Amino acid sequence: MQAQNIINKIWDKHLVSRQKNFPDVLYIDRILLHEVTSAQAFTEIHERGLSIRNKQNILATIDHSIPTDKNRININDPIARTQVNTLRDNCKNHNITIYDIDSNHQGIVHVIGPELGFTLPGTTIVCGDSHTSTHGAFGALAFGVGTSEILHAMASSCILQEKPKTFKVEFVGTPSKYFTAKDAVLKLIATIGIGGAKGCVIEYVGDYIKSLSMESRMTICNMSIECGARAGLIAPDTTTLNYLQNREYTPKGADFEKLIKQCRELVSDKDAYYDTEIIIDISNATPMITWGINPEHAIALDELTPDVENAQDRLTLEKAYAYTKLQPKQSLKGVPIDFAFIGSCTNGRIEDMRVVADILKNRHIASNVTMYIVPGSEQVLKEACEEGLDKIFAAAGADFRMPGCSMCLGMNPDKVPPGKRCISSTNRNFIGRQGPNSITHLASPATVAASAVLGYIASVQNIDSYGATK
Amino acid sequence: MDKFRQLSASVIPLDLDNIDTDMIIPAIHLKSISRSGYGDGLFSALKELYPDFIFNNAKYSSGQILLSKANFGCGSSREHAVWAILQYGIKIVVCSSFSDIFFNNAAKNGLLLIALPESIINKWIKLSLEDPDLAMTVNLLNNKISFNKEEYDFDYDPYRKHCLIEGLDDLTYLLSQDTAITEYEVKRG
Repeated sequence: MQAQNIINKIWDKHLVSRQKNFPDVLYIDRILLHEVTSAQAFTEIHERGLSIRNKQNILATIDHSIPTDKNRININDPIARTQVNTLRDNCKNHNITIYDIDSNHQGIVHVIGPELGFTLPGTTIVCGDSHTSTHGAFGALAFGVGTSEILHAMASSCILQEKPKTFKVEFVGTPSKYFTAKDAVLKLIATIGIGGAKGCVIEYVGDYIKSLSMESRMTICNMSIECGARAGLIAPDTTTLNYLQNREYTPKGADFEKLIKQCRELVSDKDAYYDTEIIIDISNATPMITWGINPEHAIALDELTPDVENAQDRLTLEKAYAYTKLQPKQSLKGVPIDFAFIGSCTNGRIEDMRVVADILKNRHIASNVTMYIVPGSEQVLKEACEEGLDKIFAAAGADFRMPGCSMCLGMNPDKVPPGKRCISSTNRNFIGRQGPNSITHLASPATVAASAVLGYIASVQNIDSYGATK
Repeated sequence: MDKFRQLSASVIPLDLDNIDTDMIIPAIHLKSISRSGYGDGLFSALKELYPDFIFNNAKYSSGQILLSKANFGCGSSREHAVWAILQYGIKIVVCSSFSDIFFNNAAKNGLLLIALPESIINKWIKLSLEDPDLAMTVNLLNNKISFNKEEYDFDYDPYRKHCLIEGLDDLTYLLSQDTAITEYEVKRG
């Protein structure tokens, strides 16, 4: 039999039918819902008199529109309140499981799916959110889709899609001490561009990937969409299975043994074909940061911002510099910041909280900085409190808040004010993403925390005595 | 879904790469539970930020064909971006390339996306910036697009073409696959 990569293996296994001149009918094992992109799908279910095919395969939560203050139960914004209540009503009427506020599992949809063991190797998953690629960290084929395709998946357990091209990304080499998974994926995006993996599903391979925790793997798969990929995944291994064991929806007993066996098959065959392959050398690589208005505008903190002379996309670069109030060929180190944000489906997990606490311990954030730390879920919040991280954050002057998407996209009251500069552990530095006319620099949680302490863009290395006292 | 066959209309030239869906419809407009009412939100942040933005220019206010550059519609999967474009009155987007999710969402709502080589796009954007009254003609039945007396063929996926011309949506096809879906579920156990 011809050598196959894992992407095609999962695709072929979920192929329901294939007809000439039609896209493939692909079976969807799991659907994740949140308040922003589902209401219109439910409306159409009602209007067209359809039923939901496999309710047990659907899980919902509330994340984008809710406030993150302690009184979040009262949503003051009437439109957001209606949106949240609509999801509650829809789930109730259709008997769909929803993890609501104070259920112990409410959180960002891409944080709670894995946390509950709902995300499993070899499955197909859709959600009305582009960062659904996160679930690929478990060897799942997970697509971000629009509202129409949520409707399709709910009504038929299938979606119509052309088979994707495949793209192999191998990270090689040993990076410097403070280089994290976030830096690795930013380096990939800077290398291939924000449309670089268009039409493709990425498989991430190599020793570096295998050495990463599930949290870090999720960070990498999460940002696959930022280089245009339809999804990104990593073949499951012992790290994956260890993470999944004993979680709420993870198969138990003999069924877990079966999952272990299935995972052995869920690898790309030796010499499997990919439409594109790239090697990203991260030998001695240092932390990354974005300077512009999309995630490909990323450089190492040690580098200078790019020149516009002779640049192919000069117009975009000039627009980016004008918006971020920076100059070509300047260093970002030392640029004063107003806000620091830790959170999101990219970097709002317990590992990220620990990294930040490690830097903030016995330190205080700079007086010019407002720092929000928003856990990705109620479970992350609980674990952080059990470990005493909440006290470290409070002592450092940071605001440790309730779970949600928060300042990543500013749909709720958490926004960066106009003209203010934020260093952020999130995924998009688009114009106005964190609030109208706000400026975003994407970086790792470690770089965000170090910059918050110093009051300007800096690496962990720049903090006095860091390393010596640890 | 409305049927689409052909259109002659004036053009809105948007001379930028990587137009993301946060630009097309900022998150602040996504709190509605309705499928309508997004037209006013189209590019609202850019309109406010840049007085010379093309969508602030009255000369282009009647355009029904949006002309832009590479990787249009990247970023968030929000289908609201497609709804906003259609509800503003735009029927066709012509670019050198589109992001995948946006492309899928567009077809499902009857928004025609046409990809043309960058050299043609750049030339046509320039022409349209010089003369706002120049009209573009698109015929989906024979895959022809013409502007300023130049005519080109464009590629369009035959399945999506069929759906647009007949006003069909994907769900009709998916629901017709019910037997195959059930067989698949039974086989898998």
